[in-house]
Amino acid sequence: MSNDSPSAAGAGGTQLLSEHTRREIDHWVAKFPAGRQRSACIAALRAAQEQNQGHLTKALIDAVAAYLALAPIQVYEVASFYSMFETHPCGRHHVSICTNISCMLNGADELVAHAERKLGIKLDESTPDGRIFLKEEHECLAACTGAPMMMVDHVFHEHLTPEKLDQILDELK
Amino acid sequence: MAEEFVNIEINGKPVKARKGEMIIRVTDANGEYIPRFCYHEKLAVAANCRMCLVEVEKAPKPLPACATPVMEGMKVFTRSPKAIAAQRAVMEFLLINHPLDCPICDQGGECELQDLALGFGRDYSRFHERKRAVPDESLGPLIATDMTRCIHCTRCIRFTEEIAGIQELGMIGRGERMKVRRYIESTVDHELSGNVIDLCPVGALVSKPYRFSARAWEMRAVPLVSPHDGAGSNLFGHVLRGRLMRVVPRPNETINEIWIADRDRFSYEGIYSPDRLHRPLVREGAEWVETDWETALARAAEGLRAHAGSLGVLASASSTLEELYLAGRIARGLGSANIDCRLRQGDFRDQAGDPLFPNLGMRIAEIDSLEGLLVVGANLRREVPILAHRVRKAARAGAKVALVNPAVFPYYFPVAEYLESAPARQVADLAAILAAAAEAVGRPVPAHLAQAVQAAAVGPQHRAVVAALTCGARRAVWLGALAQRHPRFAELRSLGAAIALLTGASFGLLAEGANAAGAYLAGAVPHREAGGKPAASTGLSAGEMLARALQAYLLVGTEPWCEAPDAARTLAQAQFIVAVTPFAGEPLRQLAHVLLPAGTFAETSGTYVNLEGLWQSQTGAAAPVGEARPVWKILRVLGNLLGLAGFEYLSSDLIREELAGLCGPSTAYAAPAYAGAYPAVPGGAAPAAVIDVPMYQIDALVRRAPSLQKTREGRTPAVTY
Repeated sequence: MSNDSPSAAGAGGTQLLSEHTRREIDHWVAKFPAGRQRSACIAALRAAQEQNQGHLTKALIDAVAAYLALAPIQVYEVASFYSMFETHPCGRHHVSICTNISCMLNGADELVAHAERKLGIKLDESTPDGRIFLKEEHECLAACTGAPMMMVDHVFHEHLTPEKLDQILDELK
Repeated sequence: MAEEFVNIEINGKPVKARKGEMIIRVTDANGEYIPRFCYHEKLAVAANCRMCLVEVEKAPKPLPACATPVMEGMKVFTRSPKAIAAQRAVMEFLLINHPLDCPICDQGGECELQDLALGFGRDYSRFHERKRAVPDESLGPLIATDMTRCIHCTRCIRFTEEIAGIQELGMIGRGERMKVRRYIESTVDHELSGNVIDLCPVGALVSKPYRFSARAWEMRAVPLVSPHDGAGSNLFGHVLRGRLMRVVPRPNETINEIWIADRDRFSYEGIYSPDRLHRPLVREGAEWVETDWETALARAAEGLRAHAGSLGVLASASSTLEELYLAGRIARGLGSANIDCRLRQGDFRDQAGDPLFPNLGMRIAEIDSLEGLLVVGANLRREVPILAHRVRKAARAGAKVALVNPAVFPYYFPVAEYLESAPARQVADLAAILAAAAEAVGRPVPAHLAQAVQAAAVGPQHRAVVAALTCGARRAVWLGALAQRHPRFAELRSLGAAIALLTGASFGLLAEGANAAGAYLAGAVPHREAGGKPAASTGLSAGEMLARALQAYLLVGTEPWCEAPDAARTLAQAQFIVAVTPFAGEPLRQLAHVLLPAGTFAETSGTYVNLEGLWQSQTGAAAPVGEARPVWKILRVLGNLLGLAGFEYLSSDLIREELAGLCGPSTAYAAPAYAGAYPAVPGGAAPAAVIDVPMYQIDALVRRAPSLQKTREGRTPAVTY
């Protein structure tokens, strides 16, 4: 990819990124050939998101773009595409109930309705106390044998029932 | 390196193909059509629409023809049941969310989706759910958006990134929520932005000025040539009932490829400007009186004859060759050699050394393969956008580009060396570059420049410029309009030519106007007669005609007060001014005595000679507004009324043929060399001022194109350096 546009040359400052985030990005950039720092985009965004309590802001995306010498739009494309990146403030526990085909056939839609009722929020919303964020959509997490399933903060929960769902959600602090 | 070929079979027909080439290029070259949306020959392969799926023997699934390289023995089936089934399936998915608003969509009738839906679509939809709607994006005053129609081919994104060099458009979100969006809250400001309208295969991006004004199938396409810059971009004018409705590119790989500048695309709006002159006007005291052609022409002839002893003719350098030739013949027929088109040129001292006509020194298509380029005094993207695009291509392919300009202009390609040089320092800087070049190649500088070079202080930046220019074998040195407007242009050109000579580079001048080269051949400059022959007696240059008032002026398609700062004051002192003009704006109404309504570039037949010396003729596209007439017809009758011999032309073709006869065969293609040897002197004149005219202020037509004026560039005032 070309990096010869002036807008790629870091219009925004990179000072928003913490020392730890920068070290993490450097670690990933070093894994790719010189000039291919765009390949480290996902890892860099993940580090930036962690630094900011689980969501990205426009300023952070700009900072990542400036740090990697990419056009901001290229980084924003990635941030908006992958379901592990949030571009709005959200609750601290990320709950993704899989609604892909296997889970759907095993009652995922009822589970979603149940969770929405229980928490008083819709998909893509967070509880007012900032505890739980119901992710809008997630690609198939490849645990179809355990359908219906969900992922809570990178941990899989399978063979869900409404009762089991209640229990897992209640345990989140 | 010898190219390797492989043998493949397309639909059972054996063909040879270059190794590694994508299937779709081979099928296109062999006349086998494969449907496509995202693939475009000028853009990188994206392979995201999947419309070009074809069957390949031994491949388990259909493969995208745009992203599958050919291999020895490959057997491709583009219309087998498997391929057709895949293409039809893709089409069904594309139509799920595409609105059925073809009757109110501007793209209707020239829509790639509509065409392919006819061939590959089902006659009813199996999709009963709700279609999605996408909010529109504001892309500025030139491009209207209907993002609900977008099929995510990403051609516009790839265009802005790869061709324009700006990365502002992107694909946001995923799945059903995917949409083309800008990231930065701004319009897409680029001089080639209008090309996304042509690239968009559907009606998501359409022309804003043209919107809802005609249907594609109602219009007649007439070939035209761009009247705005020396590239001579090829255009099609689309005409409905005599009115020019829009302008689109006419592909020409050797000039504009498939692109045109926004200036070429949207300037047509100026043709129908409110200050367009509909009928001949003559001045009666302080009043303007509408009259007929006979009266107006007789009045014009009478006045011109009365003041023939002190007559100046100023013509636009964007007039056609025929117009310029007749203007020159009228001036010289009346015994005046005072005719010029170089209204913004700042210095005429070395005009005796002018080449046969100002030129690029090379073919436009050869720019792509340049390896070293030095451009002096040119805001390239503003002056000749199509050449700027070619330079960008060369730079991206590795060419080293060095720029010497009064300010840092934004370029979207790697610039090897940017020497910021204020006008007052430019001669000294060029002398230093010449000294550095002499040092680098170990050859002496020409004698007439020795003094300037001796006084030069060579710095690391000057050496870096020479290093960039001399990095490859194919080199060029260009002077741009900012150099041409410089009060010491003679010295700049002399030094530039010497740098080119020493480094073995070609030497070009990006002269202003669409027909600057034609003006020289037509005898519309004071020191050259028709055919480019040196004039027996040299008349006054534009600079002199506008500095000191003559008794009478004939203005042909030009508005000198917009081009030279003191022009209005000088012209106000003249006793008689005839203007052959499409427009009658305010300064003109105050100054002139007879106004003759003329056709614009789209309303006349004629010829333009571009900066590589290529003659391109066109026929008139639109019907002239009101009683306006093509300029060549007006000048022809004026010639008759003035009693000049040989003004009996029946068509503009006859005028061109007569002039071509005078030019001789050498004008077919040549890059005549600059023959001047102007001695550059160190120090020299007082601080120099050079005006950088905005792109949409360059001629009478673009100044009146409202949509162009609304762009950011259109709202930018001229800067004087």
